[in-house]
Amino acid sequence: MAERAGPGAVLAMQRVSKTFGGVKALDHVAFEVRAGEVHCLAGENGSGKSTLIKIATGVYSADPGADIRIAGQRVAAPTPGLARRLGIAVIWQDLALFPEMTVAENIAFETLLGARPRLASQRRLRETAQRALDRLDVALDLEAPLRRLPIAKRQIVAIARALVGEAKLIFMDEPTASLTQTETDHLLAIVRNLAAGGVAVVFVSHRLAEVLEIAGAVTVLRDGGLVGVFPTAGMTQSRLTELMTGQTFDNAVAARDRSTAAPVLEVRGLTRSGEYQDIDLTIRAGETVGITGLIGAGRTELGHTLFGMTRAERGEIRLHGRPVAFRSNKDAIRAGVAYVSEDRLSLGLIQPQSIADNLALPVLDRLLSGGLISPRRKAELVDSWIRDLAVKIGKPDDPVSTLSGGNQQRIVLAKWLATEPRLLILDAPTVGVDVGARAGIFAIIRKLAEQGLAILLISDEAPEVHFNADRVLHMAGGRIVGEYDPRETSLAALERAVYA
Amino acid sequence: MRNLVRANTTEFWLILVILALSLFLSAATEQFFSLVNFTDLMNTSAVNLIFAMGLVVVLIAGGIDISFAVAASVVQYVTALALMSLGGGNWALGFIIAGLCGITLGAVNAALIHHFRIISIVVTIATFNVFFGLLMFFTRGVSIYNLPDWWSARIILWEQETASGAWAELTLPVLVMSICVFLTWMLIGHSSTGRQLYAYGDNPEAARRIGINEAAMQYIAFGWLGLMTGIAGLMQVNYAQEVVPNALFGRELDVLAAVVLGGARLGGGRGTVFGCVMGVLLIAIAENGLNLLGVSPYAFKMVVGAIILVAITLSNLSLDTLVRQRT
Repeated sequence: MAERAGPGAVLAMQRVSKTFGGVKALDHVAFEVRAGEVHCLAGENGSGKSTLIKIATGVYSADPGADIRIAGQRVAAPTPGLARRLGIAVIWQDLALFPEMTVAENIAFETLLGARPRLASQRRLRETAQRALDRLDVALDLEAPLRRLPIAKRQIVAIARALVGEAKLIFMDEPTASLTQTETDHLLAIVRNLAAGGVAVVFVSHRLAEVLEIAGAVTVLRDGGLVGVFPTAGMTQSRLTELMTGQTFDNAVAARDRSTAAPVLEVRGLTRSGEYQDIDLTIRAGETVGITGLIGAGRTELGHTLFGMTRAERGEIRLHGRPVAFRSNKDAIRAGVAYVSEDRLSLGLIQPQSIADNLALPVLDRLLSGGLISPRRKAELVDSWIRDLAVKIGKPDDPVSTLSGGNQQRIVLAKWLATEPRLLILDAPTVGVDVGARAGIFAIIRKLAEQGLAILLISDEAPEVHFNADRVLHMAGGRIVGEYDPRETSLAALERAVYA
Repeated sequence: MRNLVRANTTEFWLILVILALSLFLSAATEQFFSLVNFTDLMNTSAVNLIFAMGLVVVLIAGGIDISFAVAASVVQYVTALALMSLGGGNWALGFIIAGLCGITLGAVNAALIHHFRIISIVVTIATFNVFFGLLMFFTRGVSIYNLPDWWSARIILWEQETASGAWAELTLPVLVMSICVFLTWMLIGHSSTGRQLYAYGDNPEAARRIGINEAAMQYIAFGWLGLMTGIAGLMQVNYAQEVVPNALFGRELDVLAAVVLGGARLGGGRGTVFGCVMGVLLIAIAENGLNLLGVSPYAFKMVVGAIILVAITLSNLSLDTLVRQRT
């Protein structure tokens, strides 16, 4: 560590600890970033990355004993305003924007800060915002309220905000989570530009390929402690994963030949104009079929139709050989289709309620005994799922919000599996889930497939489908444009096809 | 044009509804479309508009206050007693005492909300009861009629005799109201502090992270409402020419309804001075119209409630979704 310290450090933090109600979120962590450097902060959910960023930017204060220096100057108690004045900007994972205010105000809000009241000149706001957008080489309607912008554009607004004023260090917390590949590439180019101009960038991302591509060095945190600082030269994804989790994972192709099993789902010529066209698709018992493609390729829309949430205009869906026409997703659930959606963390669980209540919710009618919910049947159900899915929990009565992201994911899976589906549609099941928990989720999915469940795995990450599906379909512009067998095609070839 | 309408959907609807209502009332009654009725409407709405200017700031900052109307009664008593002990006083002294007293009561709410982290509706339900209880306890419900002459005298700023022989006149509260509207418009629409209040109400966590001072936001919002409360209390005495402890009891819900009708969102981040003025005027015109039509006053509340429900439903539907569905 000593060789990294020096006059070039924009931010140097030593002995940083943070305790929340007895739980140590950070324990004696050191972190240092130099001017013009792209530095990655890596770690699983709950490893303390966000806490560290919040301490560096004055949102939280560190436990006593910490030493924080910004541009060589010791800062006893950073506040958000002070950190900003000293040149630290943040693009928060949740963006921290103002939905009701205009794009211009969101970008240039800094010019409105301060205790002294003064006239807020809309012209000046617009000029400041336009300059920041020009640096990014993007055009946005400055007068539009932010809430009308799609998420990717909001991300641009958050980045532009960080560029207003003379930021010397920009934290980017999962800036690519909701971007397409093209937008991501554009962002990475911006980051390189900033670094070339002497700005330090701290990059946090779950996408390790991105991290290794952009960063020069990586600081790894695990369980609130510092694992170490490593150069990215010579680092591989699997080595980085190992450092983050303390475990080794083998990324082997899991595909098997299921072509002799009975078909569960057969789709012929399915079309819904503007969403997808002429979809032919067969999923057999025990088979996992992956669909990948860029955002807007029609993957999620197809999933919605298969789950009865929308109706196709043409084409046929057969389940177990019988044609079906779902009027709603209630019909689909009854027919044995389950759908775990992208935003399941917010929509899929009732956070303040207990784990047991969440699990029991979709199957309450099966737990009834004389019109009331039988506590015994409920406990049996909950115990069996927690055992099957290896969820680490305290008590079944604890609120779901106390679980980690990965374990919440398992609860959502369990909730749907309790409906005893024959076809499981997983739409981007690992968005925002860290490496360790991903591996756990895919282990469960594989086990379910072996028990004969047909699985449709939708993901915009080619590696995810490559390693976990038996067959991979590539969707673009609403059509299936290619089929790959992971045992015969390399991941590189698939990625070329999808992202080119 | 479409952008302008889109950005101000609520205001756009309000103008349409006010125009339609005014046209109907002009046709249905003889008195509605007359100068005398118009100036009456302004004189009677002035106090509510001053209250509304304060309340909209609190709503924008993400809070709510239901204690301000009884706080205004407290201000009236304190001001009356202080002025009497000072030997009568004058307008300047009246504004200073009432303003400071109002700001103090507002600051009590802000302090409870900020330092004890209690949500504003709970705090102001409590202070509503405390203020009103203290007032009734100390005054024993007795009104004050022997007010200084300068305070209770009607001050006519502008008058004109109409053809029918009735006098159309605008009184002091209308002028004071106009100044309050202008100042509030400057504050929330055109000052850096006002934009901070919007931001704070819109997304408090984001505001905190960008470095907005939370305590300052609470004190400014409730302090501004306190100031408006003081001024409104002073003007209400001038209008009613007496201090009655329960005269303003219940007024908070009328004002709240008008402000919400004007597009301010419970939950913060949305609301404009113009919308607020429209909201208060729409309710005043509706009441005035019902009165002229000879409808029982007991029906007022019912009709006003219905207007609010319809207006809020329309503005939630929002022109934008209607436009999008058609294209």
